[in-house]
Amino acid sequence: MKKRSMYFRMITASLLRRRSRMLVALLSIAIGATVLSGLVTIYYDVPRQMGAQFRNYGANMILTGSDGRFTASDMERSLKEIPMEELVGAAPYRYENVRIHEQPVVGAATDMTGAKAASPFWRVEGEWPASDGQIMVGANVAESFRLKTGDLLTVSYTPEEHVETDNTIDLTITGILDTGGSEEDFVYLTLADMEKLTGEVSAFDVAELSVSAQSDVLSRYAEKIGEAVPAVGAHLVKRVTASETTVLSKLQALVLLVTIVVLALTMICVATTMTAVVAERRKEIGLRKAIGASDRSIIGEFLGESMLLGCIGGVLGAGLGYVFAQQVSLRVFSSEIRFQLLLIPATILVSVLVTGLSSLLPIRSATDVDPALVLKGE
Amino acid sequence: MSLLELKHIYKIYGELHALDDVSLKVEKGEWVSIMGPSGSGKSTMMNIIGCMDKPTKGEVLLDGVDIAKESARNLTAIRRDKIGLIFQQFHLVNYLTAVENVMLAQYYHSMPDEKEAMEALDRVGLADRAKHLPSQLSGGEQQRVCVARALINYPEIILADEPTGNLDEANEEIVVDLFHKLHNEGTTLIVVTHDPEVAEVAQRTLVLRSGKLHKEIVNQNFTGKIHFEDMDTFRKEETQ
Repeated sequence: MKKRSMYFRMITASLLRRRSRMLVALLSIAIGATVLSGLVTIYYDVPRQMGAQFRNYGANMILTGSDGRFTASDMERSLKEIPMEELVGAAPYRYENVRIHEQPVVGAATDMTGAKAASPFWRVEGEWPASDGQIMVGANVAESFRLKTGDLLTVSYTPEEHVETDNTIDLTITGILDTGGSEEDFVYLTLADMEKLTGEVSAFDVAELSVSAQSDVLSRYAEKIGEAVPAVGAHLVKRVTASETTVLSKLQALVLLVTIVVLALTMICVATTMTAVVAERRKEIGLRKAIGASDRSIIGEFLGESMLLGCIGGVLGAGLGYVFAQQVSLRVFSSEIRFQLLLIPATILVSVLVTGLSSLLPIRSATDVDPALVLKGE
Repeated sequence: MSLLELKHIYKIYGELHALDDVSLKVEKGEWVSIMGPSGSGKSTMMNIIGCMDKPTKGEVLLDGVDIAKESARNLTAIRRDKIGLIFQQFHLVNYLTAVENVMLAQYYHSMPDEKEAMEALDRVGLADRAKHLPSQLSGGEQQRVCVARALINYPEIILADEPTGNLDEANEEIVVDLFHKLHNEGTTLIVVTHDPEVAEVAQRTLVLRSGKLHKEIVNQNFTGKIHFEDMDTFRKEETQ
């Protein structure tokens, strides 16, 4: 038998045949690893989770034409620079002066699905327009013209080159928009209806994008869009991105601080447990020294035991940590946490290192045991 | 050259002279008993011979090397290579089986060999108990595992401290028989004991008193069998 086989046989025997003793140590390591792994999972998932929350506050990137309006194809090419999974919503807007009951009103044509996704905070009494022939009016417009959902509304448009002839279109009001902002002064119709009304193919004044990414990443996307599509300029909505960054960095700092405190407490806890484990095995250490074990061998054996314990604790901690993080995420963010595969080996490694380091001091002191103690029959 | 030679050994703790000018020689293959009342210096002498302590003064020559001058690391190596220890309280590692306890001594010495460890257990009549943990063995069986562990690396000296102190009569007989066997195979034995019946089977008995070598009883008729004449005289003196 090789020395290494005997070494592993000894340390596994120590863990398996002294189960009740080792269970206490394992428990302290596993709890520490669980909390650590859970907190780190939350730490890394906070930007994503918070990003999703922040997206409720609307667009964080605006596209404008570099030289007037930009086309649907420009918009499409711009969106290609943003990963699909990060794009929460994209709403292009074309603004035209239209008339309702001979009164001028700003008509905003948009992709309703995109607008709904990019502006989830908009409160709509009734429904969003689901197809052409439908219109949503701002609350102020509705009040001025005494409009309500279900009404048929005639919208007129006077092309500049044909001032004498009006284009009109009849649309059904499906919803009244209440945002508390300037949007209440507009009417919202589909891009196709606007084309029908104006007789012109749609080109956009602006597009509102809601992207689930932090400001530094957003800036990168904006640069890429600027380079790839010269007709479009991408700008961050600083009001939103700056506050997102501030809140995120504070939250992450808080989680990091708690993680460091837990790490320190885990180390103290493991060191205390290992001190107790070593103390109750002084006789065994004395015996090993008496029959010829060098200090190095004893350190190696005890360190091996504690690191194996750390490894088992780490495996448990990685699994339980995910459950812990999931529960926190469900309760706090009401959404599932994203499982970080890399966190499994990382938790095991950290657990092994923490256990090894915290055991080092008590193990080193174990080598001071006088082997003569066992001969004295104490 | 003697295998072990103590030359004017002193071990002094403050005012206390645990060993006071003790000199003795043990030849290769000899069986020597050390007797004496509590506090006579037996344990101190055991620790010094077992390389677990150093004398305050004097020379301890083991195989010609003065172990009193060696570093702690070298003493560990000497203990590992030249000395087999047997304890009164057995001191087996409680989570290792009998055979693993024997292999532990091999592990620190050279290379663990399960077959050889099994043979050593067979020599002490415990081959069928090899896979048992110490808690599953009787006191006598544990002591026999301890003997197997002590002899596995073919040490120059087997040093036994009260080897029968915790055993009943039947097990005491088994252990003494094992010592006979080892002695017949040429092993040098130094046995510290309170028990005159264990001491008297040795070739020589050294009696310590107050840290000094009080008496040396040579068993002239030693044949590997028990002779009581000399010990009877000792017993009478002790009881007076």
